[in-house]
Amino acid sequence: MSGVFVGMPAFPEAVRSAVRDERLRRNLRHATHTIRDKRARAVAELADWAELREAGKRIKDRTLRHLDAHLLRLEEAVTASGGTVHWAADSDEANRIVADLVKATGETEVVKVKSMATQEIGLNEHLEAEGIRAYETDLAELIVQLGEDRPSHILVPAIHRNRGEIRDIFRDTMGRWGRPAPEGLSDSPAELAEAARLHLREKFLRAKVGVSGANFMVAETGTLVVVESEGNGRMCLTLPETLISVVGVEKVVPEWRDLEVFLQTLPRSSTAERMNPYTSMWTGTTDADGPKTFHLVLLDNGRTDALADEVGRQALRCIRCSACLNVCPVYERAGGHAYGSVYPGPIGAILTPQLRGTASEVDASLPYASSLCGACYEVCPVAIDIPEVLVHLREKVAGQGGKGHRLEKAAMKAAGWVLDHPGVLAAGERLASKTRGLHPRKLPGPGARQWTDHRDLPGLPTEPFRDWWKKNRPADPPGDRA
Amino acid sequence: MSQNSRERILARIRSAVADAPETPDVPRTYLARHTPDDPDAVLDLLHENLADYRAHVHRTDEAGLPALIARRLEERGARRVVVPDGLPAEWLAGTAAEPVPDDRLTPAALDAVDAVVTGCALAVAETGTLVLDGGPGQGRRALSLVPDLHVCVVREEQVVASVPEALPRLDPRRPLTWISGPSATSDIELDRVEGVHGPRTLEVVLVRGARFAAG
Ligand code: SF4
Repeated sequence: MSGVFVGMPAFPEAVRSAVRDERLRRNLRHATHTIRDKRARAVAELADWAELREAGKRIKDRTLRHLDAHLLRLEEAVTASGGTVHWAADSDEANRIVADLVKATGETEVVKVKSMATQEIGLNEHLEAEGIRAYETDLAELIVQLGEDRPSHILVPAIHRNRGEIRDIFRDTMGRWGRPAPEGLSDSPAELAEAARLHLREKFLRAKVGVSGANFMVAETGTLVVVESEGNGRMCLTLPETLISVVGVEKVVPEWRDLEVFLQTLPRSSTAERMNPYTSMWTGTTDADGPKTFHLVLLDNGRTDALADEVGRQALRCIRCSACLNVCPVYERAGGHAYGSVYPGPIGAILTPQLRGTASEVDASLPYASSLCGACYEVCPVAIDIPEVLVHLREKVAGQGGKGHRLEKAAMKAAGWVLDHPGVLAAGERLASKTRGLHPRKLPGPGARQWTDHRDLPGLPTEPFRDWWKKNRPADPPGDRA
Repeated sequence: MSQNSRERILARIRSAVADAPETPDVPRTYLARHTPDDPDAVLDLLHENLADYRAHVHRTDEAGLPALIARRLEERGARRVVVPDGLPAEWLAGTAAEPVPDDRLTPAALDAVDAVVTGCALAVAETGTLVLDGGPGQGRRALSLVPDLHVCVVREEQVVASVPEALPRLDPRRPLTWISGPSATSDIELDRVEGVHGPRTLEVVLVRGARFAAG
């Protein structure tokens, strides 16, 4: 995975600079609490939420168990509908495939719709090096790109910027990339959105190549699904002559019908809406409607490593809703950048170390960036038991370096940071004791048991974190108390 | 090279799950719909949910449709309106706006049009969603995307209650666009702003069906 932020310090150091930034903390707290409360209301509207969640989880587990067959079926369906399927083992290969496809069109710029997968592989930087400019078209991604910055939240990547900063970024940089910001631009969100609309429209209208990810791929029909709000996705998927979609292999679902579950759970979990403003579905190419050429790049890049881990593989169920970020006491105080990858928050803490291993200090420290409170599990629409995976990954990290090893030290520091922040810990323990009764030692239902029967789920002891800390506390505790 | 990666990825998957236990059928114990089977209630719910996401909703019957469409276009100041293939001619019979047929208009040409009038494939009441599938009277996807005003006509019999009821009625081989209110963003300090790239105004016209025709 080449999406590592170069020079990224391990979790506790990164967090130290983040928490000093009062404004970032305020923005984050406001944002996460707002979305969290709205999500709870949107979920409460559906009397069958628990059943939808269980179905979503089981669809994903079943898909992963026969992932090879579903991908082959998908390939066949996409090909039969006029698309071309490519397979990329890692980020280098995916980047090369996309760059070659763009070059073959003779174009030197592409429009992009927000995609975690293309961020994960560092596609924009790679294209840049090949002389191809990738324009991000989500408002937040545009803010991040123009501000030469990194995203801090899956769903709201510019959550760390306030309106005044955004106005300054637009005023100072838009002209360099195309249509400048209107004279006298104010910091009202409506005016800022209008400036983005005008700036990007000229790019959409002339774009010949679009690049996207996808939220779902239906094996049965070969259909890809993109869920969005602004309409920039529709622009990128519809107006260019060539469309290239880079999608992780775990995004496949077997049947058309499976969408009835995720189209109910994803919008409510992510933006707390009954339905997001726009969802696009396309199958290969269509005469006289949309791109004439469609390429699907199926991406592994560490996913099959995660799949081989019987505890960790559940992370591949993730539908990237970001609900777990918004309830996480650590994320709220640390901010997204501290996680050192494109996947922040609780999901990042379990996904990143699995996708790229725990050989670096930041990745080894990620499983410790948690108080194991379980709030993330409660809200996850596909019931990923994030605390369970964190405990499992801690065991792996602890086993690989030995006492006093630099990785262990990084882990200790992350743990120390959590322990030194009473707010984090108190929130964690409060939730843990509240939800402990909801954490069964074995998952209910015949299906789940077949995945989990041979092992017990770790229990949530009264003071899981402090117990662990007592046993593992280094002789010389980290002195820095950020 | 890609051929090799294909085999390599498939082989890695097979070895990764080789020892994993089989998975049983998925329990579909969730509800097929959350709304009582009452057409009036379902139509009201659609109306309410569309309005909740800032679409402008109007009701009429078949006879009143041309005048209503004409009024919507006029009030929004639309002078040129793009006409998808297969749009019933009478829908635009009352308007003074210039009809622009879709002769494979370029994106730039579409950008110079003020509005589009379309039908839809179906509408989902519980989520306040319109689904377009490029069928007659709907046009290719760009038509309902580039112009700043979208007037969408929904007949009562096209309304279903829920997402599970919608999917079996849609053809996945057609390009589908699910629309729930106008384009929006909350990317700036989480303030919702209507209208970024898609049409900033969505006008929905609900047309009462045959059960009311006699009255
Ligand atoms: S882990 Fe669950 S809650 Fe977190 S982003 Fe993924 S699906 Fe959403």
